[in-house]
Amino acid sequence: MVPDSQENIEIEATGLSKHVTSSEGELAILSDFSCRVLGGETVAILGASGSGKSTLLGLLAGLDVPSAGRVIFRSEDLAQLDEDGRAMLRGRHMGFVFQSFQLLPALTALENVLLPLELAGAADADERARAALERVGLTPRLTHYPRQLSGGEQQRVAIARAFAPRPSILFADEPTGNLDAATGQRIIDLLFGLNAESGTTLVLVTHDATLAERCGRRLHLEGGRLKQ
Amino acid sequence: MRGDMTFALKQLRSAWRAGEIRVLLFALVLAVAAMTAVGFFADRIESALGRQGGMLLGGDLVVVSDRLLPEEFTAEARRLGLRVAQTMEFPSMVMLGEEGRLAEIKAVSPTYPLRGRLTIADEPFGDARKADGVPTLGEIWIEPRLAGLLGAQKGDALAVGERQLKVAAILQEEPARGGDMFSIAPRLMMNANDVASTGLIQYGSRVRYRLLLAGEPVALDEFRQWAQGRLERGSRIEDVSGARPEIRSALEKSRQFLGLASMASVILSMVAMSLAGLRYVRRHLDTCALMRCFGASQNRILQVFLVQALLLGLAGSLLGCLFGFAAQEVLARLAGGLFLEKLPAPGWTPAFGGLLAGMAAMLGVMLPHLLRLRGVPALRILRKDLGENAVVSWLAWLPGIAVMLGLVFWSARDAKLGWIVLGGLVALLLVACAVAAGTGYLLRRVAATSGGTWRVGIANLLQRPGVGIAQVAGFSLGLMAMALLTIVRGDLLDNWHASLPPDAPNRFVINIQPNQMESMRQFFVQEQLAPPEIFPMVRGRLVAINDHPLDTGRYVEERARRLAEREWNLSVAETMQKDNRIVAGRWWAASERGQMLISLEEGIATTLDIKLGDRLTYDIGGQRVDLKIQSLRKVEWDSMRANFFAVTPPGVLEKFPASYITSFHLPAGREDVLNRLVRSQPNLTIIDVEAILAQLRGIMDRMTLAVEFVFAFCMLTGIAVLYAALSATQDERIREVAVLRVFGASRRQVRATVLVEFAGIGLLAGLVATIGASLLAWVISDRLLQIPYAFNPGLAILTIGAGLLLVPAAAWLGVRRIVHVSPRQILQSV
Repeated sequence: MVPDSQENIEIEATGLSKHVTSSEGELAILSDFSCRVLGGETVAILGASGSGKSTLLGLLAGLDVPSAGRVIFRSEDLAQLDEDGRAMLRGRHMGFVFQSFQLLPALTALENVLLPLELAGAADADERARAALERVGLTPRLTHYPRQLSGGEQQRVAIARAFAPRPSILFADEPTGNLDAATGQRIIDLLFGLNAESGTTLVLVTHDATLAERCGRRLHLEGGRLKQ
Repeated sequence: MRGDMTFALKQLRSAWRAGEIRVLLFALVLAVAAMTAVGFFADRIESALGRQGGMLLGGDLVVVSDRLLPEEFTAEARRLGLRVAQTMEFPSMVMLGEEGRLAEIKAVSPTYPLRGRLTIADEPFGDARKADGVPTLGEIWIEPRLAGLLGAQKGDALAVGERQLKVAAILQEEPARGGDMFSIAPRLMMNANDVASTGLIQYGSRVRYRLLLAGEPVALDEFRQWAQGRLERGSRIEDVSGARPEIRSALEKSRQFLGLASMASVILSMVAMSLAGLRYVRRHLDTCALMRCFGASQNRILQVFLVQALLLGLAGSLLGCLFGFAAQEVLARLAGGLFLEKLPAPGWTPAFGGLLAGMAAMLGVMLPHLLRLRGVPALRILRKDLGENAVVSWLAWLPGIAVMLGLVFWSARDAKLGWIVLGGLVALLLVACAVAAGTGYLLRRVAATSGGTWRVGIANLLQRPGVGIAQVAGFSLGLMAMALLTIVRGDLLDNWHASLPPDAPNRFVINIQPNQMESMRQFFVQEQLAPPEIFPMVRGRLVAINDHPLDTGRYVEERARRLAEREWNLSVAETMQKDNRIVAGRWWAASERGQMLISLEEGIATTLDIKLGDRLTYDIGGQRVDLKIQSLRKVEWDSMRANFFAVTPPGVLEKFPASYITSFHLPAGREDVLNRLVRSQPNLTIIDVEAILAQLRGIMDRMTLAVEFVFAFCMLTGIAVLYAALSATQDERIREVAVLRVFGASRRQVRATVLVEFAGIGLLAGLVATIGASLLAWVISDRLLQIPYAFNPGLAILTIGAGLLLVPAAAWLGVRRIVHVSPRQILQSV
């Protein structure tokens, strides 16, 4: 199914399914999922544990390939690209924030933020990384290693890292999952604030209804299917 | 690309800080240091050996000719910057009054000898001193035997041709003299400028001319090439390859020892590097997944980690070369007085070799790991299990294995040794895998019926079968290296020393006539010396092999041609000498007395291309004798006992005229015995091999030190392997300990869990190491070094005990600190 108008469509999934084979036979993690996300939209994918949220996020971001269906990202069919092609697309357009922060323990806060910028070959990488960290209030922590930072601070570094390359779309996987309520709230404020400033499309996976409320649109997954 | 480089450097720096690459670097430094140290040292020994051989020849290279060599030979040698000396040798009668004797005259130019030295004394077997030059004009030096035969003393004038020449000294030692033990006539040395006036050299005289050369190897090679095409029939070039077999044999063993040690270091280092690489990879899986997530292509990831491996390889190799250079200097000092001259400076080849080898080892070992990193899926960022146990194609291991093979053979400098150790290694790995798998099965059964810490410990052991096997293999290798070191250093070196006991024969007596055998025995009894074993010696010429007349022209090698042409000394023996060993066929039974059989020394058989079962025809005193080869023997020439290339059973050679040979030990300070022996039986020739014996002992003592020093590298690499094997699962272990602590496990329970897991691994490793080390030591000693090997049960218990105690203790040390830290902190940090 090709959309009638391709104007401003950031990502479009059609008939997405993901199956895995286990000793007990074939297991469907995601079945026949279709959706369309417009540029600048904020979309929450909600669902209980095991409902297929993270799998969906992986497929939409091109981290994984579907068993059936396809994902069109900015008119590029992800299935037509090889692994390196998808990686290049991610590098150019996508940002990520993960539940477990995913900071490299051997790199300082600044170096962690620099990583995607350097990989993209940004000329002003250092400047942008410092600015991003300043924006999340971590200027005094530039040379700190992840283990020297609190959970909230680590997630702020991860947010700075996600926004520094100025992605057009940001995927966030349970960004507050590892944080206490108050810290989680501050992180969410920061995330939505930055999103509003940069006009980035946001696809957020969560099981937290309050968090989902802040998104413009909510998609509910249940047993791997989109709940209408 | 510049960004990749910076990123690679940053990653490397932080990996260094996190201690992830220390083992990797340490192992590489050790491997390169061991290779280059032995390489540098062997290089220096090799050239020293050349010079040493040169001392036996009197020069580095000798042109031997039946005719006076054209002047252009000397001119060319001088043009190439070589030092030159000439000698002429010919037999002639010399007289003292009415008493005349045949002497082997050697006329030497003033520059003789170019290598080695002449020693002289004032009376036979008197205090020897280094000669200052050669006999001056009008003077001669004579051997003790000639002095004995003529009753000549220092100051007497001997008639040599038309001249009367004064005996100025007794000649004790000269280069190349010991090499030809069976020369019949005693030596008389004179100045070459006196020869013409003696009128001894006429047309048709049998004179052997020698042009001796010494200098730089390059110039020598150039001269050899130049001369090769100009040599006429009856001329040949001799070099040090034919130097004394005893010394060569001893040095060969030393080199094998050193090669073994260096090779073991290389293997162990590469295993340590591979194990260390395992942890390095596991630590970087997330980095790669994240990089993939942020858009890095697979090749870019490979590039980044390849740059790291190259940088690490370069740093490790350079450091290794530096350490290797320093270590070889220590080796050279240990070997210090081994050679008469100072060891030549080391060449640069081993440094380049070490650098290349280090880089190759690093890349070879890291390739499978790097390919694993390259293949990490981006999805791992969401699913931690992905990429964890990814298996790369076995093809990825091939470069590493090829590099290891190459380095093993390079450092062993001996293909046979290389194959033996490699075979041992493969067998050990197979045994380790089988033992680990079999024990896994048993443990599963034990775990089902046990509880608590036992079950957790055993479960840990079973949950990562691949890593478990790698760990058992790693620990086994480390322990095996240490056990092998102990065996080799202890048993093998002792045995080597025992092969040359303090009472090893230091004098040979040749030319004993059948009617002198009894008086010889009596003489020894009178002198209160143990009567020596006397061997018959029948001289014969090989004339046909399998009924085909001997065609010496078919031998390309000069040495083979000479061996085939010269007269053989055939001996007789009912039982084989103790220092001989059958390598093919069998020794004769008592019932085979009188049968036309022969036993040949393996080396000469190979040189002359003669096989077991071939029929050799000898011409003995004009009579043809056909003998069938019943056995091939390996002879320990460095035992210094009388030994023969060819031996027949009793009842074959008795009808031919024979002379006899014996060797005996003359205690220090009893040299007067020799004078009495020569006086009572003047026809005997006594050959003093005390100097060679001392040299052999020197080689053994010093090389033992050198070998132990190189084995210290082995020990270090063994420890590196143990450490790497331990750290391969360190992160998981810390996480498990943290989880156990979260669930309220006491310090004691945690300790018990770790100890059970590693005692299991240690026990298995100890068992495998004991089997491996014993088998390898047996094969090496029996097949390669030809020294007897005895299984050492004490060491076996020690090795198993070490595995059982050291491995768990070290593992516990690794996680001990974790018990005092809060589990949350630990879980966050891993």
